[in-house]
Amino acid sequence: MGLIQIGHQKDGDSGVITLSLEKAVNWARKGSLWPMTFGLACCAIEMMAAVSSRYDMDRYGAGVFRASPRQSDLMIVAGTVCRRMAPVIRKIYDQMPEPKYVIAMGSCATSGNIYDSYSVVQGVDRFVPVDIYVPGCPPTPEALFDGILKLQERIMQKRVFTKQPEQVKA
Amino acid sequence: MNVAQRIQQRFPDGFVKAVEWRGDMAVTVTRDRLHDVARLLHDDPDLDFDYIVHVSSVVWPDDEERFEVVYEFYSIRKRHRIRLKTRVPESDCEVDSLTDIWKGAEFMEREVFDMMGIRFRRHQDLRRILMPDDYTEGYPLRKDFPLRGKGWRDTFEFLNETK
Repeated sequence: MGLIQIGHQKDGDSGVITLSLEKAVNWARKGSLWPMTFGLACCAIEMMAAVSSRYDMDRYGAGVFRASPRQSDLMIVAGTVCRRMAPVIRKIYDQMPEPKYVIAMGSCATSGNIYDSYSVVQGVDRFVPVDIYVPGCPPTPEALFDGILKLQERIMQKRVFTKQPEQVKA
Repeated sequence: MNVAQRIQQRFPDGFVKAVEWRGDMAVTVTRDRLHDVARLLHDDPDLDFDYIVHVSSVVWPDDEERFEVVYEFYSIRKRHRIRLKTRVPESDCEVDSLTDIWKGAEFMEREVFDMMGIRFRRHQDLRRILMPDDYTEGYPLRKDFPLRGKGWRDTFEFLNETK
């Protein structure tokens, strides 16, 4: 961690950790990112692979996929977003409790990719705020992990008990 | 006597042409006779086309009769297939529905209506199937429809409703 000092005592007393409460809260939040199951296209296959035993997304505390937005912290939009799906995604995003995060996984969710057509939304950020964009078509599980690690870095920078600055510098 | 010859013999006024290419027989008939030909294909015990594989449509931008509706039929018992085509002009963009012969044509005809704007006479439930019911921009697969649509993909009216 680097942020936590562990004062381990050899006389049998329990260990003591000193850190700010804000850091502790952020540490807990970043270590239990429960994602919303939201596969829209082929990116979802890579997302599923990322949870499998070979890649094991649980290492980052982000492997507990929930089928309900009420229990989720993170929405991974994996795949092409059609315009007809847009209100559904927005509704699910609105149903998620704060704090909530969004990862746009793959080129389609980021920008529409090659699907410059009448029915495809040119990126989810047109109607939902996105924290992390993961490039790739589709991104490998490693790329998705990189996105999750970047999101965890970002969560650690958030203010919990004081007012959030207008823009958090990355 | 093959299927095309049978159609030609039975409906000399409706038969336009038959093309066989790599074993696939495609018969073009006039719009007025389409339903009768389909009835023959379905009911004749020698033909016995009991399965409708697909209904699709084509735009020929330079032709007088701009649209073409394409049906594909298969006989599960006889194991033979045929493709049936008919031309539709834009001014009278309507063709007889085949849902009374093959129930399975219902959704496929709705899709052709949704994407190409060809109406099917006597279809029981001719609504849009892929696009929303209140979609007003026209028929997306027509060649004169702009590739990027007319602004629907960038309009998110629900963002105002949730506030």
